[in-house]
Parts: sequence; C-alpha cells; structure tokens
Amino acid sequence: MAYSQGFSPHPKVSWVGAAPTGVASEAEYVEVSVVERVDPEALKAALDEALPPGIDVVDVVQARGGNLTERIDASEWRIELDGVEPDALAEAVAALLAAGEVEVERLTKDGKKVIDVRPAIVSALVEPRSSDAGHDEPALSQPCGILMTVVRQVTPTVRPDDVLNALRVVADLVPPVPARATRMAQGRLDDEGRLVDPLQQDKES
Amino acid sequence: MEPLLPRISKPVQYVGGELNATVKDWDAASVRWALMYPDAYEVGLPNQGVMILYEILNELPDVLAERTYAVWPDLEKLMREHEVPQFTVDGHRPVKAFDLMGISFATELGYTNMLTALDLAGIPLHAADRTEDDPIVVAGGHAAFNPEPIADFVDAAVLGDGEEAVLEITEIVKSWKAEGRPGGRDEVLTRLAETGGVYVPRFYDVEYLPDGRIQRVVPNRDRVPYRVFKRTTMDLDAWPYPKQPLVPLAESVHERMSVEIFRGCTRGCRFCQAGMITRPVRERSIEGIGAMVQKGLEATGFEEVGLLSLSSADHSEIAEITKGLADRYEGTNTGLSLPSTRVDAFNIDLANELSRNGRRSGLTFAPEGGSERMRRVINKMVSEEDLIRTVSAAFSNGWRQVKLYFMCGLPTEEDEDVLQIAEMAKNVIRAGRQASGRNDVRCTISIGGFVPKPHTPFQWAPQCDPETVDDRLRKLREAVNSDRSLGRNIGMRYHDGKPSLIEGLLSRGDRRVGKVIEAVWRDGGRFDGWSEHFSYERWTAKAAEQLEPLGVDLAWFTTREREELEVLPWDHLDSGLDKEWLWADWQDALDEREQDDCRWTPCFDCGVCPAMGTDIEVGPTGRKLLPITPVGVGSPVKNPALTP
Repeated sequence: MAYSQGFSPHPKVSWVGAAPTGVASEAEYVEVSVVERVDPEALKAALDEALPPGIDVVDVVQARGGNLTERIDASEWRIELDGVEPDALAEAVAALLAAGEVEVERLTKDGKKVIDVRPAIVSALVEPRSSDAGHDEPALSQPCGILMTVVRQVTPTVRPDDVLNALRVVADLVPPVPARATRMAQGRLDDEGRLVDPLQQDKES
Repeated sequence: MEPLLPRISKPVQYVGGELNATVKDWDAASVRWALMYPDAYEVGLPNQGVMILYEILNELPDVLAERTYAVWPDLEKLMREHEVPQFTVDGHRPVKAFDLMGISFATELGYTNMLTALDLAGIPLHAADRTEDDPIVVAGGHAAFNPEPIADFVDAAVLGDGEEAVLEITEIVKSWKAEGRPGGRDEVLTRLAETGGVYVPRFYDVEYLPDGRIQRVVPNRDRVPYRVFKRTTMDLDAWPYPKQPLVPLAESVHERMSVEIFRGCTRGCRFCQAGMITRPVRERSIEGIGAMVQKGLEATGFEEVGLLSLSSADHSEIAEITKGLADRYEGTNTGLSLPSTRVDAFNIDLANELSRNGRRSGLTFAPEGGSERMRRVINKMVSEEDLIRTVSAAFSNGWRQVKLYFMCGLPTEEDEDVLQIAEMAKNVIRAGRQASGRNDVRCTISIGGFVPKPHTPFQWAPQCDPETVDDRLRKLREAVNSDRSLGRNIGMRYHDGKPSLIEGLLSRGDRRVGKVIEAVWRDGGRFDGWSEHFSYERWTAKAAEQLEPLGVDLAWFTTREREELEVLPWDHLDSGLDKEWLWADWQDALDEREQDDCRWTPCFDCGVCPAMGTDIEVGPTGRKLLPITPVGVGSPVKNPALTP
C-alpha cells in the first residue's frame, strides 16, 4: 500500500461519498494506491478476507487514469417505509417534486442547520407493490412503500434522512417505524438522468 | 439490536467482525465463555489479557469464546426500553446463554460496569441468587488479587496468569456438564475451589472484631483450601499469544500491536502492585519476540509495535532486540515503541535505535517521586543527576520533548517533596536548552494520585486525603509558574485527588464495601474510570449511608494506617509474597532504605519463588535476530496472497 509523505505518513486510501451511518449500501467506492502492480483478483480476495462479514468487495479494477471523485456525482437510494401505503407515499413524493424548495433541519456538531433538499433530488419514484414479490419483505398485509430516488452529491450532503424529512415537510408523511435506506448505485449522471458505472472505463480498457 | 444502532453514538463498537475475530458454531461447543472487559470497547479491545484468553480458548475445537464490553449509557437506556440483553460482539448472543462469564479487572473502577452488564444480561447481581441457568461469573486481572469488595457479585476469582487457569476451569466445567451437572452449581464451584487456584468467595466466612477489623477468614465447607494461590505461566515462549491480535473497527486507546517481551518485574517499586504480584521475572526469548512481531504484523497490518512489559529496557537482551527489529523494519512504515522505560542513558540509545528513520518527538520517564528522599521511600532508584544526564543526552540527540511521570500523596510525603518536582522540571528545561542549543524544548509533568494497593509494602499505609493532595498540586502549579522564562516550557497534567480516594476504598476494601458499590450502581453510577461519569459526591454519600450502620466509614478503609498484625481482607489470597517480607520492606520504606533488584543482585527473600515453585527466567541467550529478506518495496510485511 502507498503512504502519504510527511511527518506522519498515512495509507493512501480515499473513500468517495461514503454512506452515512445507519444506512445499508450496495455501492461504495474506494481508491487505494499501491506501490507495485498487484493482481486485482488477488487484492479482492485479500481485502474480503480482512473485512468484517457483510462487507463484500464486489469488484477491483486497476485505475486507468483520471480520478474517482470526478466519476461520481449522484447516488440511487432505495428507501423502504414499513407501514406506509404506497399510494400515500406516491402522493407525498409528487408534492416533493412539485415544490421549488424544501427546507429541512438537521442536527450537526455545530448545532442546527437548514438545508434545501429539493435541488439535490434528480428523480423519485414509488415502486409498485407487485415488485415486492420475491423479496423478504414483511407480509403484504402490512403496507410497505418503497421509494427509489436519485440524489445529487452536493455540499452539504443530502442524505436519505433528509429526503424523509422533506416528505414530512411537504406532506406530513411520518413512517410509524424507522425507514430503511439502501444505496443501490453511485455514478455520474448521463443526459437522461441515469447513473453511469464509475468503473466502466477501467473495465473497458 | 440492529434498529437501535442508528440512534446511539459510535455504533461500530457494537458490531464485531474485527479482523481476527472468531465466531464458532454454537452447537458444536461443549463449553462456552463470554469474556468481558468492563469498560468501553475503545479501552477494552486492545486489552492483552482478554485477547490472549480469547485466542487460547477458541483454539480448542469444542470450546467457544466471545467478547463483550461495557455499553455506554445511551445504549443501556435503549436496551432496557427494548429488552435487548447484554450481548457478545462476536456472535451477538445473550451473555446469559454462556456457561462462564470471565471479567478482566485491570482496575477496580470497572466494578459498577460489571453490575450493569450482569443486570442487562438478566443474571442475578448476587452470586447467591444464581441458578444453573446462569453463567459462572469469574473475575481475573490485577484487581482480582483482592476481590473481596465484589465477593457478593462474582462466583469465583482467579489470581495471576490466566493462560493455564482458563484451560483447567474449562476442563472442570466440561466434565461436570458431561456428567449431567451432578450436585448443581455448588458442586462445580467446589470442584473449581479444590484445585487451590480458584477462589470462591462464598465458601469462606469473614468474621469481624468489635472494632470493625477482620478477625479471620475461614472456609465454611470441606474440600476448600485455607489459602488460594496465584497462577504463574512459566515458559512464555510456549505461550506466544496473541498470535492473531484483534484489529479494532473503531478508534481505540492503543492504535498499535503489543508484544509482551517479559512478564513480572523485580525493580521493587513499593507502590507498584503490578510489579509485586507478577513475580518472578520471566523473559520471552529474542527469537520468540522476533517471531511474534513478524507473525502478528502479517496477521494484522498494524503500523506500530509496542514491546510491552513493566520495565521494557530491563530485558537482558533489549539492545539486541531493538537493533534486530530496527534492522528488520528499517525503511518500512512499521514503527517500534518501548513503553515503560527507565531513566538512564542506555535508554536513549534504545530510543534512538527505535526512531532510526522516524521522528523524534517525545520521550517519557517516570521518576515517580519529586525528591531524592521520596524516591528512596518508594524504592525508585533514580538520582536527579541521572535524570539530567539522561534528558541532556535525549535533547542533544534531537528529541524535543520530555514527559515525566510523578505521584502525589505518597507515604511520608511533605509539601517540599512535591515542590521538588517543579525544580526538577526547571532543571530539565535548563539542561535541554543547553544540550540542544534551542529555547523551545518542552517538559510535561504528569501527576497521578497515589493509591495504596494490596500485596505491596504500602498495603498498611494511610492514604493521603484528597484535600492535601489537591493543596500540594496547587502549590506545585504556583512553583512551576513562579519563573515565567522556564515555566512557559513546562506543561502540567494532573487529576484532582478525589477519584483516587474511591479507588483506594475499592482496592483495600473488604466484603462490606460491596454494599457501597451496589448502592452507587443503583443510584446510576457507571464508568467510574471516566471523569465525565465519575461522581465523588455519589460515592461519598453511598459510602456513608452503607458503611455507618456497620461501624466503619470511608476514612477507615482509606486514610487509616494498618498495624502489623491486622488481618487484611486479602491475607488468605496468596500472591507468593511473604507477609513478613512485605512488612520489613514497609519499615525500610519508612526508614528511607532502598532495596536492590534480584535480577542483578542476590535474592532478598520476597518469598515468591519458593512459595510458587518458580524461578526468575532471564537471558541472555546470546542469539541474534536474523534479517528478513524484504520481499517487496516498502515493506517486509507482506500478504502472501499478493506475492506472485
């Protein structure tokens, strides 16, 4: 592994847009600098061995130039709201998308901060109920609204929590139990608002 | 548990899954241990004792060990609300489901955290109320040399080294279970007690004199020995643990790997319980150390290795070890450190060797006593000349900062002894400026309150009251600041004397103190080792409330001087030290007479070796560490998986 120079050298490892505490993720990206060429598959196996159970290395590619930060500007989130009717969720989402700005409060180390959630939201869709089949969701007798949303990685970061708070602000939607959020993908937005795999160009070359 | 994680601080400390953590098949294990370090994860994870036992137990095919730590009050509250029991971080299993719960007490300030864990686990607080469905609660660690204050809460205590003791306990519990648990809990505890190496408090009755002192402590049943002996692991090379040190997921107090280079210490500092109860000195060989460092680094990827012991520069081959390791890891990102070193020029050579290609920031020394007289009383044989010579050598070798450790409230101490610390610090700055030719050298003095400990020559000493300690520290601060030109380069770190008094109560207390611990805990006392959680007012209030009806009080346990023939609460627990020798050494202390180290001078009959059938085990072996051929650029520590 490569180390930074200076008085107190640190391993050169950088996370791009690391997911906030308390959410799940299927798509985290990290750049690791090494001092010699290593077989990506061997590195993948070695990292998997060292990481806690549940954190799996999906792919390792050798960087062909450019930097990872430039290839990621948005995330796709899946937010599951147990006990919320999909129709009610869809209504709230529509209200959110129709709004020009939606300010929410967030508690930070330096006190309360107000952020506008709306500009960061690229898209937001409520999954139809039928897609539940095959998932280990709670029984269909209990409603579960599932929101798929693409959110721009801006400063300050807009997190799934902020999106949920925005739904509360615009439509008074309050899930009876804490919602579960999973980051499904990260990447650069193409012209159609879809995410481009950040490692695509390294895989191709 | 999972839904609670986003609502608490640092949830990562509760999830487990660290590199080198082990989760074994529950059903395949015949004996299951939950090992607890009764403090937060960040303090508990690096603990060597727990790590060693965890690995030794998990190496057995039909035995399983998992870890549990104290949960912070934010999680405790949620666990109570949601009925989540105390759990292990490895398998996230309830602690109550285990056969044994081993708790390692490095300090007495973890006692209230033990009660939280037992209560959250659903295990009755009092050993007497437990049934066969509850784990056997075993205390270990240095504080277990006087487990009397927690006698009501633990089923058993083990004194001394745990490596072999846990295996024997496991064996006894295994056979008892295999036989269908004959005689129930009492029988398995009796089997443990009759080995002579496991103390079961409730098999002993304590009788008191009318004045509150102990009359005697005697077994109340057959098959139980009058005295319980400490355990000693002799051949350290045969126990190269931890082989696979745990790598914490959250930030911890020691961000490094430790390799224990020897156990025991015969320097004979009279205040030092660790030095007294871990005798004799047993060295790990230079080759054993080299192998542990290399294998440990390969298993973990740590960037710093601490060569651990009570006085690391005293290893008979320390020069060869440091040079050998410095050669091996030169030009890599692996740093070496040597904690607990002594005050002499040799030490600077070692420090220079270890920082060959690194930075030279600060060196730490522990004169412990401010005046020459004080240092004779505590048997810390360092003259101020030695110290000045040593720091001059350090400063002329490019070191810029010196940290000095002292204690306040030592036996026979007067204001002048403490004020001498200021003089010493000023002389260090003068010497440093002269040696380095720079004005910006720094000296930090760090002062802790002295607590008399069981099994030391100071076990009879009156503890200094907090008011006197605080007053001396205030005068010391004034003395340091009296000369601005020197004082501005001197930093001073200290705590007030109040927590030390409570530590004193818990250290030299007897079974009656258990009532105080329980009352404090019931009133909300938690994490007493943390100044932001510790409440002196709560402890003094509960001590008064609980002890007064018994005719004793806080001062009786702490600031009262004991007489030679008083039965001490731990007299039936044998650390090997001869009580008459301890008393003679206490008298020598009062007469300001020093005692040599038996490693370099003849035996002075402390009693340990004949009582325990042990002997000092020291080198030199005359062997050297062979260089390791670097296999890659930048690091000789390389994951074999990545080697083509």
